[in-house]
Amino acid sequence: MTPRTVLEALARSPLGYLRTVWPWRALGFLLSGGVFATAAYLGVGGLFTAPIGTWAAVLCAVAVVVFAAALAGPLERRRLALADRSDRGGGSDRGDRPERRNGLLVAGYGAVSVLAVGWMDLAVVLVSLGIPGFLLLAPLQPTASAWQAVAGPVAGALLLPVSAYPIGAWAGVRAAVTRAVLFPKDQELREVVRSRARLVDAFETERRRIERDLHDGAQQRLVALTMKLGLAALDLPPGSAAAQEVAQAHALAKEALTELRELIRGIHPQVLTERGVTAAVRDIAGRCPVPAHLDIDLSGRLPAAVEQTAYFVTAEALTNIARHSGADHCRITARCVDGLLRLDIEDNGSGNADPARGTGLIGLADRIAAADGRMLLSSPPGGPTLLRAEIPCGRPSA
Amino acid sequence: MRPSLRIVIAEDAVLLREGLVHLLQRFGHRVLAAVGDGPALLATAREHRPDLVITDVRMPPGRADEGLRAARLLQSEQPGLAVLVLSQYVEQTFAEELLDDRRGSAGTGYLLKERIGDVEEFADAVTRVAAGSTVVDPEVVRQLLARRRDPLDRLTPREREVLALMAEGRSNAAIARRLVVTEAAVAKHIASILLKLELPPTAPDDHRRVLAVLAYLRA
Repeated sequence: MTPRTVLEALARSPLGYLRTVWPWRALGFLLSGGVFATAAYLGVGGLFTAPIGTWAAVLCAVAVVVFAAALAGPLERRRLALADRSDRGGGSDRGDRPERRNGLLVAGYGAVSVLAVGWMDLAVVLVSLGIPGFLLLAPLQPTASAWQAVAGPVAGALLLPVSAYPIGAWAGVRAAVTRAVLFPKDQELREVVRSRARLVDAFETERRRIERDLHDGAQQRLVALTMKLGLAALDLPPGSAAAQEVAQAHALAKEALTELRELIRGIHPQVLTERGVTAAVRDIAGRCPVPAHLDIDLSGRLPAAVEQTAYFVTAEALTNIARHSGADHCRITARCVDGLLRLDIEDNGSGNADPARGTGLIGLADRIAAADGRMLLSSPPGGPTLLRAEIPCGRPSA
Repeated sequence: MRPSLRIVIAEDAVLLREGLVHLLQRFGHRVLAAVGDGPALLATAREHRPDLVITDVRMPPGRADEGLRAARLLQSEQPGLAVLVLSQYVEQTFAEELLDDRRGSAGTGYLLKERIGDVEEFADAVTRVAAGSTVVDPEVVRQLLARRRDPLDRLTPREREVLALMAEGRSNAAIARRLVVTEAAVAKHIASILLKLELPPTAPDDHRRVLAVLAYLRA
C-alpha cells in the first residue's frame, strides 16, 4: 500500500522516502503557507509606508487581514492535500461540505495556521535548507580558504538530502494537526453509526406501515368474504353442487386468511407496540416449539428502537434454537442495568453455532450493532449455547 | 331455539361491520348499534345496556387496542355484561388480560376475526359467551398446549383433544358431539386429565373449569 501522508512515508521507509515525491510535497506544503503569510504581512507593512493617512492605512490593513483570513481556510484545505492524500470524508470530492458545516472553525484555524504558525513553517524550511545552502555556496564567499571552498560544497551536498527529514517531519505534524481539527474522525464514525440506525428505523417504520395496510385492507376484505360465503352456504340446499362449490370457495378463503395472518404477524407484532418488549417476547416464546423459561425484569418501557432490536434478536434466536440446536428447553433472561440492556438467550442444544457458517448470526450482530450494541456468543461443540446482546437502553439504572 | 340477544358491535372496517350485523340478524339477534371506534362503543354500550358487546381489538382513534380497553372498562362498569373480543391474530397477552380481569359470571370470549367465516360456529360462540361461558380461540389453546409440554406428554392423544376443547369452553355434551363419543366417555377422559395434571376436581361449572385449565396451561 502506498503511504497516504508524509509521516507514513517517513515511517515506512526512511531511506526510500528520499526517492519519493513526498519531500517535495512537504516543501510545497510549508512554503505555500509561508509565502501566503509573507504576502499578507508585506501587504500590511506596505500600507503603512504608503503615502496615505494612518487611519486609512489601519482600515486597509484590517481589510487585508480579514481578506487573508477568509482565504486562509480554503487554502488550508488545499494545502493539506499536499501532505495528506487520505480520504477526507469526501471533502475534496463532494465540494466544500465540511467547510460549510463549520465555516468559522475552518476560517479561524486557517488564519491562525497560515498567518501565525506559517512563520514557523518558513523558519523550518529556511533553517533546514539554509545550512546546506550556505555550505554549498562556500566557494563564492570571498573569505573562503581553499579547503573550505572544497569541503563546503561536499558537506552541503551531503546535508541537503538530510534537510528533507526535518521538513517532512514538521510538515507531517502540521498536516496531522490540521486534519485533526478540520476532519475529526470521531465525528465521521458517529455519523456512519447514526445513519445505520436511521436506516433500521426507516425499515421498522415501513414494516409497521405494511402491517397496518394489510391489516386494514386485505385482511378485512377476506374476513368479509369468508363471512359472505359462510352465510351463502346456509341458504343452499345441503349436498347440492352449488353448496359444494361454495364450501370449497369458503375453505380456500379461510386458508388465504390463515396465511395472511401468519404473514402479518411476522412483519411487526402489534403487542410489541402496545405492550412493550416483555409482553412481545413472552408471546413469541409461547409460540416457540422449544419450551422457553422467561426471566425478564424490565420495569416500564424501553426506547422503541431498543425494544424492536431486543424483540428481533429474541425472535431470530428462538428460530435458530428451534431449527438447529436440538435443544429441549431454553432460557431467556433480560435485565437493564446502568443504562445497558443485557439479553441472554441460552439453550441446552448441541452447540457449535458458528457465525461464519450462516448469515443469520451475522445479521443479528449487524442489527445489534446498528442499535449501538454488541453481540456475544458462546457455543462450544456439545453445547450449551449462550447468545448475549448488550444494547444501550438510555436508562441510568434498573 | 336460541334466545334473541341484544348486541352492540364495534368494528371499524365498514364491510365487516355490515357483514356482522347481517350475520347476527340472520341468527335472530337484535343489533342495537354498530359503531366504528372506541369512544363510540363506550357511549352506545352505556346508553343501550346490551346483553353482549362484540368488539374488534384495534380501532380508531389510536388504532391500537381501544376495543380491548373499552371492553374491559365496560365489563367493570356493567357486571354481567358479556364481551366477545375479535382479534386479527392471537396475542396471548391480550387474551390473558381479558381473561384475568373477568368479573363474576360475565361471559368473555376471545376469538380470531377469521372465525366469523365459520358462521354457525361463530353464532354458537356468541350464544355461549352471552350465556356466561368463557370462549377462547382454538389458536390460543393450541399455542398454550405447544408451550406446556412436559406434563402434557402424559396425556393420551384423545385426552389432549378433550383438553383443547375444554379450554375452548365447550361443555361435556359439546365435546361428546364433536368427538362422536358418549358424554360418559368424555367425563371419564376429563377426570383422567385433571388427575394427570394434578388439577383440583372442578365444579360442574364449565366456565370455572375452563379457567382452571387455562390457568394451568399458562402457568
